[in-house]
Amino acid sequence: MAMTTVWLKIDMERVVQSLQDAGRKLGGVEDELVLDFSSVLRVDSSALRAMAEFAAVADDNGVKIVLRGVRTDIYKVLKMVKLASRFSFSD
Amino acid sequence: MAAMGTSNPVKELIPVPLAEKCLSEERIAHLDRLVTQAKTAAAIFTQFTQEDVDHIVKSMVLAGLEQAQHLARLAFEETKLGVMEDKVIKNMVATEFAYNYIKDKRTVGIIREIPERNLVEMAEPIGVIFAITPITNPTSTVLFKCIMAIKTRNAVIFSPHPNAWRCSSEAVKIMYETARKHGAPEGVFSCLESHTLKDNAYLMGHRDVSLIDATGGTAAVRAAYSSGKPALGVGPGNTPVYVEKTADLDTAVVDIIVSKTFDNGTICASEQTAVIDDEIYDLVLKKFAELGAHICTETETELLTRTVIDPKTGFMQPSAVGQRAIDIAHSAGISVKPGTKLLIAEIKGVGREHPLSVEKLFPVLSVYRANSVDEALRVCVDLNHAGGVGHTAVIFSGNDEVIRKFGEVMNAGRIIVNAPGSVGAVGGVYNDLVPTFSFGCGTGGGNSTTDNINIYHYLNIKRLARRTQTHMWFRVPNQIYFNMNAVENLRQFPSRSTIIVTNPTLEQIGAVDLVRRYIPDGTHVHVSVIPDAEPEVQVITQGVAALNFYKADQIIALGGGSVIDAAKLMKLKYESPAADLEELATPFLDLRKRVIQYPTEKTIKVRLIAIPTTSGTGSEVTPFAVLTDKERGCKVTLADYSLSPDVAIVDPQFVMSMPKGLTADTGIDCLTHALEAGVSSYASAYTDANAMQAIRLVFKYLPIAYEHPHDEQARSMMHNASCIAALAFSNASVGVNHALAHSFGARFGVAHGRANALMLPHVIAYNAAVPAKFLPSPYQKGYVAHKKYATIADLLGLGGHTTEEKVKNLVTAIEQLLDQLGFPRSIAGLGISKEEFERAMPDLTRFAFDDPSWRSNPRMPLMSELVELFWNAYQGRGREKVASVFQQQSA
Repeated sequence: MAMTTVWLKIDMERVVQSLQDAGRKLGGVEDELVLDFSSVLRVDSSALRAMAEFAAVADDNGVKIVLRGVRTDIYKVLKMVKLASRFSFSD
Repeated sequence: MAAMGTSNPVKELIPVPLAEKCLSEERIAHLDRLVTQAKTAAAIFTQFTQEDVDHIVKSMVLAGLEQAQHLARLAFEETKLGVMEDKVIKNMVATEFAYNYIKDKRTVGIIREIPERNLVEMAEPIGVIFAITPITNPTSTVLFKCIMAIKTRNAVIFSPHPNAWRCSSEAVKIMYETARKHGAPEGVFSCLESHTLKDNAYLMGHRDVSLIDATGGTAAVRAAYSSGKPALGVGPGNTPVYVEKTADLDTAVVDIIVSKTFDNGTICASEQTAVIDDEIYDLVLKKFAELGAHICTETETELLTRTVIDPKTGFMQPSAVGQRAIDIAHSAGISVKPGTKLLIAEIKGVGREHPLSVEKLFPVLSVYRANSVDEALRVCVDLNHAGGVGHTAVIFSGNDEVIRKFGEVMNAGRIIVNAPGSVGAVGGVYNDLVPTFSFGCGTGGGNSTTDNINIYHYLNIKRLARRTQTHMWFRVPNQIYFNMNAVENLRQFPSRSTIIVTNPTLEQIGAVDLVRRYIPDGTHVHVSVIPDAEPEVQVITQGVAALNFYKADQIIALGGGSVIDAAKLMKLKYESPAADLEELATPFLDLRKRVIQYPTEKTIKVRLIAIPTTSGTGSEVTPFAVLTDKERGCKVTLADYSLSPDVAIVDPQFVMSMPKGLTADTGIDCLTHALEAGVSSYASAYTDANAMQAIRLVFKYLPIAYEHPHDEQARSMMHNASCIAALAFSNASVGVNHALAHSFGARFGVAHGRANALMLPHVIAYNAAVPAKFLPSPYQKGYVAHKKYATIADLLGLGGHTTEEKVKNLVTAIEQLLDQLGFPRSIAGLGISKEEFERAMPDLTRFAFDDPSWRSNPRMPLMSELVELFWNAYQGRGREKVASVFQQQSA
């Protein structure tokens, strides 16, 4: 069975906005959504909140979320706040 | 930590597990939210750089300084404790002095590099810290902890003392708002609003709280320690100050007043009892009185005691804490002059019968008259142990010896010399102690540290340890003379009294006379003939007696390994009579880290010249000596470079008449040395060069020397091979083959070379296989034994395409050599029954495992493997046998 993958780039300056935009597109995604984090250098508490909400919506829609290009220090933050398990990661 | 807090008796302690049951669901949800917020902040904080945090810290320090007076006023008004002006100073110390200490310190990423140890220290934040703050220093403690937390990228939930909540929470608010304004994560600080001990207990046990930093009363601190979480907690103080007769009394009196009146004595490091030498006692009290202290009469002391000490508990009355001297005097009904700073009351001892000997966090100082230094120190120890273990002690003295002794007997994290206790212990003002508002009190105070708590206690310090390029060595005697007639070089060594140690055979065949010929004229020469066997203690003792009798300054060891080893041990015992040979033979893992050290102090110095008469042991250049322990039925190896002979003379004329059997035995011993040094975990390019050359020489010349004993070149080359192999194994050591041979040879009386030959093919197959257990070795990278055997096979031109083929060819070549030299193929072939061998097996393996020889073997032998190796040797070698073992090991 073919897999449909949607690829979105997360804007470094507007992480929350980008995630909210991505959230709105979740309904149209069948299988997998790839969020490109390669330009994101740091996350703050609002970004983490947005990611948690986004993960919840993705779960509801049965869509797998893949975060691409996440810096290791951001990965460590996600791990510490127990958000890492909500996503898949790729280089 | 001991703070700046009161150490009142425990009134209530909520066990952490019960806290959850006592709180409402709403309250738990609220507390959980606080922790989650702090945890998220701490996680976000991990992304911050050093520059980021330093920028925030500086802004917080400036805000703290700006608000120092405002916060001090709030604290004074709310708590009614201490002195407002002093609280301003405390706030400034907590910000400016703390900043001065931390501003250039690295707390992010790499914080310290120690290149000489290949170590790098890196910082890892703690995470969420739950901080309890006291009533006595309600704002300065908050400022200090906030600055430390931001510097170390941690989040803090504050729980202020209920009676200081307004001022403490205002301090948290000022710090938080400033930090946020300059980029700190949201929720990095929070402060519990009106709360209970149940809240504290719940948060202390919370899984996402990583550290508890409890500065406050004893109850809170005990709860912190009982939570099961890492905690920095309080130890109460009871600071003694010893005013010794050589002290600068003006300084001492002013400093004690400064300390004891600072913030009305609320700092727990302040002096509680002054122990004063009798000679200066009256003068000191006079000086106190001149500077505004009131010296209480006996009656006044009784009144004061009733007022400030709770008779039920024996502790200070909380109502007196931080109050002015004049107010305390008034409460006690004591009439004092206006402006009285301090109340001084004499005590005659320490303990419950002397109520004022306890901690008093107000301006009341007890004094004790001491009639001697010893008495003064004893009373200070008593005070230290009367509630102040691990905290602080103070001494004023000009006598370094007394100061040192005071330091030794006081159990205190801070021993302040010629400075005020309170301000001195805080650090950075009167001395170079680390500025703090929390005093670690060590295990005596229930703490894990005696440090002044600082940024490093808010960090997990990680150590990145790079592999160390271990120093190696290549040590050999500095004089080696070789080739035919090298013995003539004896002429170079003048001596008054020389002892020639040799065996009966060599004396009979005229070898001793040959040596005598080249000893310089005028030397008194004595010949000590010892049995032709590996030396026993008795032989050594007799030899040393001869050395002492003739006052020898030179030993010439003429013989095989046994004679030279005996001479080495005679030299050792002659030069260092107290040396215990049994102790020196204690097993060790690493020569440089051994527990037992060889003597370096020598009562006499003697030169040892070794002239080998066999071509195998190489004892003329090695730092080893084998001693037979008849009682235990084993051989022990002594090893130390101090055992190496000073001079080696490798003259083949002494081996021309060696019998065939001895030629074979010693030749194989030499080959075993070279092979084991070659694959040793201590092998280096230096030892490899010698090992390989020796192997090449043995394969070429041993068969010739065996078949044609008078072939001068073959004898000469084998004699050199023996010495060259010894140069290798003197530095790379040997291996498990020797451990097996030592054990087996001693038990069954088999010559060393022959015992080696029985083990050799099996050991090569064993070492060439993938080890069941690798031997930790910093000297080598990867497992290379099989590759080195293959290199040896190449060197000998044995052929083979793969490493395995080459190793097999090497084993075959060795077997062929052994056959050629007439060696038995098995231990069974020596006539040892299977039952006898089986009975001996426990001892054989035990002694082999204790033998230091295998410590450098590339493969760590397990006991079961030693048993297997012994049985392999028992069953015997043969192409098929070894091959099957090899395959078995590989599998």
